[in-house]
Amino acid sequence: MDLHQILSGIDVRADWIGLRYVKENTGFRLVRDGKPEANTRESKQGVMVEVLVNGQFAYYGTSRLDKPGIQAAAERAVKLATAASKFSLHSFGVDARPVAKGSYSSPYQTAADAFSPGELSDLLIKATAELKVSDKVVTTNAMARTVETESHFVASNGSDVDQKYLMVSADYSAIAHDGSVTQKRTDGGLLAKSYQAGMEVFDEAAVLARCRNIGAEAVELLTAEECPTGTMDLVLAPDQMMLQIHESVGHALEIDRILGDERNYAGWSFVRLDDFGKLQYGSPLMNITFDPYVENQFASYAYDDGGLKAEKEFLIKEGLLIRGLGGMESQLRSGINGVANFRASSWNRAPIDRMANLNLEPGTSTQAEMIASVEKGVFMTSNRSWSIDDYRNKFQFGCEYGKLIENGKLTKTVKNPNYRAISNPFWRSLKMLGNRDTFEVYGTPFCGKGEPNQIIRVGHASPLCLFEGVEIFGGA
Amino acid sequence: MEKLFKQINQTIMTELREGEYLGMGFGGEQSNFTRINAAKVRQIGNVDEADLGFNLILNGRRSTGSISLSGDFDEDLTRARGELTRLRAEVVQLPEDPYLVLPESTETSHNEMHGNLPDAEAIPGILLPAMGEVDLTGIWASGRVFQGSANSSGGYHWFASDSFSLDYSLITPSEKMVKATYAGTDWDQTAYEAFLADSITKLKLMSLPPKKIKPGDYRTFIAAAGVSDVLSMFSWGGVSEAAIRQSESCLGKMRNENVKLSQLFSFTEDFSSGFTPRFNGNGEVAPEQTSLINQGELAGTLVSTRTAKEYGVESNFASEGEGMRAPAMAAGSLKESDILNTLGTGVYLSNLHYLNWSDMIGGRITGMTRYACFWVEDGKIVAPIENMRFDDSIYSFLGENLEAVTEKLHINPDVGTYDGRELSAIVCPGILLKSFSLTL
Repeated sequence: MDLHQILSGIDVRADWIGLRYVKENTGFRLVRDGKPEANTRESKQGVMVEVLVNGQFAYYGTSRLDKPGIQAAAERAVKLATAASKFSLHSFGVDARPVAKGSYSSPYQTAADAFSPGELSDLLIKATAELKVSDKVVTTNAMARTVETESHFVASNGSDVDQKYLMVSADYSAIAHDGSVTQKRTDGGLLAKSYQAGMEVFDEAAVLARCRNIGAEAVELLTAEECPTGTMDLVLAPDQMMLQIHESVGHALEIDRILGDERNYAGWSFVRLDDFGKLQYGSPLMNITFDPYVENQFASYAYDDGGLKAEKEFLIKEGLLIRGLGGMESQLRSGINGVANFRASSWNRAPIDRMANLNLEPGTSTQAEMIASVEKGVFMTSNRSWSIDDYRNKFQFGCEYGKLIENGKLTKTVKNPNYRAISNPFWRSLKMLGNRDTFEVYGTPFCGKGEPNQIIRVGHASPLCLFEGVEIFGGA
Repeated sequence: MEKLFKQINQTIMTELREGEYLGMGFGGEQSNFTRINAAKVRQIGNVDEADLGFNLILNGRRSTGSISLSGDFDEDLTRARGELTRLRAEVVQLPEDPYLVLPESTETSHNEMHGNLPDAEAIPGILLPAMGEVDLTGIWASGRVFQGSANSSGGYHWFASDSFSLDYSLITPSEKMVKATYAGTDWDQTAYEAFLADSITKLKLMSLPPKKIKPGDYRTFIAAAGVSDVLSMFSWGGVSEAAIRQSESCLGKMRNENVKLSQLFSFTEDFSSGFTPRFNGNGEVAPEQTSLINQGELAGTLVSTRTAKEYGVESNFASEGEGMRAPAMAAGSLKESDILNTLGTGVYLSNLHYLNWSDMIGGRITGMTRYACFWVEDGKIVAPIENMRFDDSIYSFLGENLEAVTEKLHINPDVGTYDGRELSAIVCPGILLKSFSLTL
């Protein structure tokens, strides 16, 4: 479809109008115990029409793609904006939608169609066979998710942005059971291995080797001791740090939350507008960046859905909070510096402030130095449980797999490792930060927020981290 | 919308080849969303969308898909034919599926519920003036939601419903909050203003100085809205027969070790309210009621026909994911007027937040208290409490520590909109607990 032609033909009175066409094909394959559970593809397409009238934005998302359909949508959006402008929370100008011209294509080595459905199914069947390392493995799952997205944004101010993505997520899991004990192990947490990449992710030798390890660790957990209870040091693997960054930093720094937009749903934030430039969020080792250009990271892009160009920015530098997660609307409302993170989950939702790639920059310690420094503690990896309060303060997270650290050495495996803490004190207890050798990149397709609700993809990368004096405990 | 679905269905079904079985599902909505912050309009818009799902079976193999529909029959028929072509090319490459379910249901149903909804452009003007000076944030959602199902055996179902909901939080200057949802099918301005005024009255209770309580075990009352959050957890590693069989259910202990919950706890899948259609994605019609937990004993599970085939049990035509579509908990005998006196001294929790299994197999749930939660002494509300984290097992708080269940049932509409506007509601009472573990 020719969005430029449609835009030029739209006849409405608005201070600004934008059209965002999105087409997304999501393929999902799941094999359980060697048998196919799902082979599906969801294909969605539509146009989000947005207008600005009397300082108020309004939108009309339509799956009707012809010129009359989009004209009708624009007319209805203008009526909505006009009616709502008498009750606007904030009166916006056209500066809320900067002029943007450019394109982006996500990197990949092997195209999505390089694997036939049959070939990918065969690999997943082999994966479940490798996961079943013993009779104690009672359930095995192998899943592959591919997303191909095209987004084209044009606007009356001349904006013209084309962005194309190929995204791949995979997970392999084994559930082991013996007597009254059941344990599950995945490949770093459910779909944590989510990347902007191609089918090279499904390298057979690498996948099968990982599956053997996952199965073996599930069985190992059956006879593991319960994670001890007490206040002690905590070493978190990067696949758990993904969740830690997401919940206790990312959501807390979203400016729309701080401004109260989410108070009825996801919640507010302990961070206040006057904390920027002043709040010592964490220890001096803590450097958090919004980085839209990490190779293969899941939420890389060139422009957000409001047309703001994406640039790498420090949000927290040496532990000090300096910048928020807010697109142009939030920046105009709050006066706080933000980033290009005004994003919509698809054509049928209006953009809001979202995380994208939000990373903890690496430090200088080796893994060996970090473990050696711990007299008594627990190493935890792969998230399995997460919950945090509406201000992003009191959290409790659980992992799949733990190892005791005793007198500077990793010793026994422990099951059901959990920890709980409060965000700022926890980050201030960051004692050692792994170097680039420990730095790993993850992502998730499942970040929920907004009213109406939106699920969006985010990326998080982190080194190994050591926190001191954390409340740790085991299972039921 | 039904005309479009029928036309595509009738055309595509005649184009099937020998040996092909096809199920089609329709989902759509015409919705207005008005997002409110500080009793002002933050965002406003409409969404019109429709999707058509396909479930193609050939020679013991299955491939599924879905496409967006434009609303134009010629265009959509072209898209539907394109999807069928894609599925045909794929299905022959896939491995055999021993548990696939042929779309053989021949049942039909037709259910359209029309309401009286305000025009989208009128919504700010009818909602916001009544809010006055109160700090209100929330979401209005209204419009028509459609669901349809058809298959190559002649089964056909159609469901369409008008509805509205205003889900909101009221907030005091000291950041204490009250939550409420005003929902229905026929807009009544007077009733809305009375409902909102009642919420504002409740907010005044929150202006009392807050009390900070320490982690520990407390006598606790959880109001129906909070109970509905707990019951929602049973859709995730709970009442699914497949989840129990695959060692991914909190109810595994009840099945395998004969562990029981309290006799006061009974829980059913109950479609009698009519909020949500009884047909599933295969066009199969579930029983009006399925007992899941009866007086503390595991009485049943949700069984899809696929699970039934795999494990040799009887299907009760659950959805393929075996999540609850119409959860309902039985009432007890505790009168609403006796709640505070019976609680005596302890905590009163109106809402819970962000629940997750901290140990699914052990039945342990963690989450937060949220909104109007109070410290109660000698049957009287003393002060709102600061939000606390809880971490406790269903085998404890729905087991030996469940002291009483209220006699009044509340309807808690699902206002979720991730995959489009939800239709369902959880019907449940409040619960009084001898002990509930607050941890942080």
